[in-house]
Amino acid sequence: MPNEITVTVNGTEYTDTVEARQLLSDYLRETLGLTGTHLGCDTSSCGACTVLVDGQSAKSCTLLAVQANGHSVTTIEGLATDGELHPVQAAFREEHGLQCGFCTPGMMISVAQLLDRNPNPTETEIREGIGGNLCRCTGYHNIVKAAQTAARSI
Amino acid sequence: MTLVGESVKRIEDPRLITGKGTYVADVTLPGMLYMTVVRSPHGHANIKNIDVSAATSYPGVVAAFTGADIAEQLGSLPVGWVLDEDMKQPPHPPLAVDKVRIVGDAVAVVVAETNAASVEAAELVDVDYEVLPAVTDAVKAQASDAPQLHEEAPGNLAFTWEIEGGSWDEAVKNADVVVKEKIVNQRLIPNAIETRGVVADYNPGTDQITMWTSTQIPHLIRLLFTLVTGHPESKVRIIAPEVGGAFGSKLFLYAEEVIAGIVAKQIGKPVKWIETRQENYLATAHGRDHIAFAEMAGNKDGEILGINVVVNANMGAYLSTFAPLVPTILFGIMLAGVYKMPNVKCKVLGVFTNTTPTDAYRGAGRPEATFLLERMVDRFAQEIGRDPVVVRRKNMINAFRNGYEVPTGVMYDTGNFKGALNKALENFDYQGFRKEQREARRNGKLLGVGWSTYIEITGMAPSAVAASLGAGAGLWESSTVRVHPTGSVSVYAGTAPSGQGHETSFAQMVSSELGVPMENIEVHHGDTDKQQFGTGTFGSRSLAVGGAALHMSLAKVVAKAKTIAAHQMGVPEKQVEYSNGTFIVEDIPERSLAFGDVALEAYLAKDLPPGMEPGLEATSFFDPDNFTWPFGAHVAIVEIDPDTGDVQLKRYLAVDDVGNVMNPMIVDGMIHGGVVQGIGQALWENAVYDDDGQLLSGSMLDYALPNAKNLPFFETDRTVTPTKVNPLGAKGAGEAGTIAACPAIVNACVDALKHLGVTHIDMPVTSEKVWRILDEKGKAHPRRK
Ligand code: FES
Ligand code: FES
Repeated sequence: MPNEITVTVNGTEYTDTVEARQLLSDYLRETLGLTGTHLGCDTSSCGACTVLVDGQSAKSCTLLAVQANGHSVTTIEGLATDGELHPVQAAFREEHGLQCGFCTPGMMISVAQLLDRNPNPTETEIREGIGGNLCRCTGYHNIVKAAQTAARSI
Repeated sequence: MTLVGESVKRIEDPRLITGKGTYVADVTLPGMLYMTVVRSPHGHANIKNIDVSAATSYPGVVAAFTGADIAEQLGSLPVGWVLDEDMKQPPHPPLAVDKVRIVGDAVAVVVAETNAASVEAAELVDVDYEVLPAVTDAVKAQASDAPQLHEEAPGNLAFTWEIEGGSWDEAVKNADVVVKEKIVNQRLIPNAIETRGVVADYNPGTDQITMWTSTQIPHLIRLLFTLVTGHPESKVRIIAPEVGGAFGSKLFLYAEEVIAGIVAKQIGKPVKWIETRQENYLATAHGRDHIAFAEMAGNKDGEILGINVVVNANMGAYLSTFAPLVPTILFGIMLAGVYKMPNVKCKVLGVFTNTTPTDAYRGAGRPEATFLLERMVDRFAQEIGRDPVVVRRKNMINAFRNGYEVPTGVMYDTGNFKGALNKALENFDYQGFRKEQREARRNGKLLGVGWSTYIEITGMAPSAVAASLGAGAGLWESSTVRVHPTGSVSVYAGTAPSGQGHETSFAQMVSSELGVPMENIEVHHGDTDKQQFGTGTFGSRSLAVGGAALHMSLAKVVAKAKTIAAHQMGVPEKQVEYSNGTFIVEDIPERSLAFGDVALEAYLAKDLPPGMEPGLEATSFFDPDNFTWPFGAHVAIVEIDPDTGDVQLKRYLAVDDVGNVMNPMIVDGMIHGGVVQGIGQALWENAVYDDDGQLLSGSMLDYALPNAKNLPFFETDRTVTPTKVNPLGAKGAGEAGTIAACPAIVNACVDALKHLGVTHIDMPVTSEKVWRILDEKGKAHPRRK
């Protein structure tokens, strides 16, 4: 069943007709062409698809596009502002917090939201905070370091 | 200024941290169709009938194909490593025709205008199965009454591989003790966070098939695709765009690559298939799965005399591309480890079962060998009541720089095993820990330390050696350096990364050699229409083999440029020196030419030395005369909760010697990631089948992947013993962590429980397993009983 939704994505308002069953992740990737949001599973386990909905991190594979109606979504493409990398992006590069880069958009969104909630997290709080995001490349070591570096720079 | 050895920030990152990387799933072509694979729900069954009529009449569906429809075009998936004439290679049709042998075997495909329509229509494909009994265990599959998978392989035996160096019988005759243990190396699911995927496009005008696929071996995929389908190699283009992790699992030709290519050709429209995670668990190769029986012979003074191993290697239902190599050569020849082990005997039985094929997964054979060997060294030390570090040191090969031949017939290149062990002992207060452990035990706490002193084999190359061992492809590597008239540089690498940062490491080499800034260097890889043939990325080979090819091309470019520079400056070439991107006339520093200016002259070609061809580029193929052999010493410290059996990793120290290092930041990152894959196997990961062939750990909810929550920071360090096998002195770092970690962790767990008489625990060392051990020993907390 088609539904009309209006969603603000990375500051731009979009009105689209979507199927009721369409996932937010598919809406972002296919309808809007924002392929920086990745899909790594079908069980809401990996967190590669994490975006911000009204500033709260959410797994976009576990939301319907219609649920985003009237809300504001930030994807990895919208994390940098005015051509300036977000401190979390800069820290991921600085600390080598990514290898293949597939988990990275979701991981950075999760870290950004964690620091938003808790600007001075302990190592344990960081590790808990990214507990919903899986990375198979880095062993998390440099991701945690990147989160610490970002916290210092914010 | 040289960037070699510097932690240069990665040039891949700007696109990846802003969401601009292009992975296969991000590729969209006009008119593209979506393919869904219908898979067998049974572990073993005859296909009586397939009815696709309901699917083909579903709205939006363009076509559906069964194996019977297109078997001829699809051929059979080949095995790229043939151990001997007796090895069985039963057919492996990409789409099953009359029989399925695994849950997940592809039986039909549906192609539709939308992904949703193809998924829905796939459910309407009606397959009539006659279910057969299945077998999933490599030992049970050898029983006389076991279900048989292939007519061609009686007893489900794919191959038997044996090696003996020295004499195991002699070792036993001379030994004070022989310790025995059954050692299981459980099945793993690689779980790259990006699943596999293919977009195939066919141009009827040129008869060209272009295929984007998430692979580590684009050129080999092209070659194998041609061998299987007969479509000419010159009319196939394979593109591996950004690859979201691989770890070996994208190193094989897969059914869906062949099917998508042929279906696109058949329909004349682009076809996209993106593997779901659930499919990934069933249809992407698994790793490990050994049931081994090991014996170690030695003397009471700690001298090890030999090792004897019989392995039942579960190959799954078919032999995957490189599968026969993994449990045999990459396992058996490594069993001497870092020790003066005079006698090594090994027998490997490769067994077919109703499970997903196993093949190379990070480490490929070496983790299995290292786990078994390092476990047995501890087991032996425990038996004779000696310290495991003392026993290791007593048997360790002394430092060598010109090769060391072990009884398994291979020649280690360079090594300083005691050096790595000493460094680990500098970083970790072992005696202090032992004191702490004794005190903790008195207070009811269980602490343990585990050691792993490993050696592995990397730089997968020497083609002639590989061929003599069964390789069906040359294992050299290639690189082209193309200097543009304005002095910027394009590198075309035959290797194909999946997160290893090749663009950065290779650009560091180019920048250092040619004096060109990093931002003026582009490194291209993963497109068979752009690059000369390359073997790809696996076996920690990209720098040691591919980097060496790049080194050769750079040398050729510099040599030509130097000739041009001398000619232009009107001096004999021997008077010209080259440093930091400038050609300088000896003793006259004011007479010089920058590399970029020489590049321009090479293209203007108005005044080149007589007979010289214009242009400035070079291609090189490097084929070394040996593998490379990284080594190191890892230490794990665990604490076990006596109430719950939960294992907590307190500290992890790694000393790795990977030869010369191009970018320490990248190498450390690979060690971290590798170690965590080893820790994952040691503590959590386990692929489990039931007797019918159903994968019980069939999703990320059922298969325990390492999570940031359960891990500490790692303490990495290194020693540097360059190899002479390649001009860079680099060995390879991609797999070391995974190879070293499992025995370090499990040795630590056993160490924590040793005083209770525990001698071995199979992986994964889950809290349940440990709690049961404690319970059996009467040591579980009474409240929990
Ligand atoms: S895609 Fe894995 S959690 Fe959303
Ligand atoms: S960087 Fe590859 S999965 Fe995280």
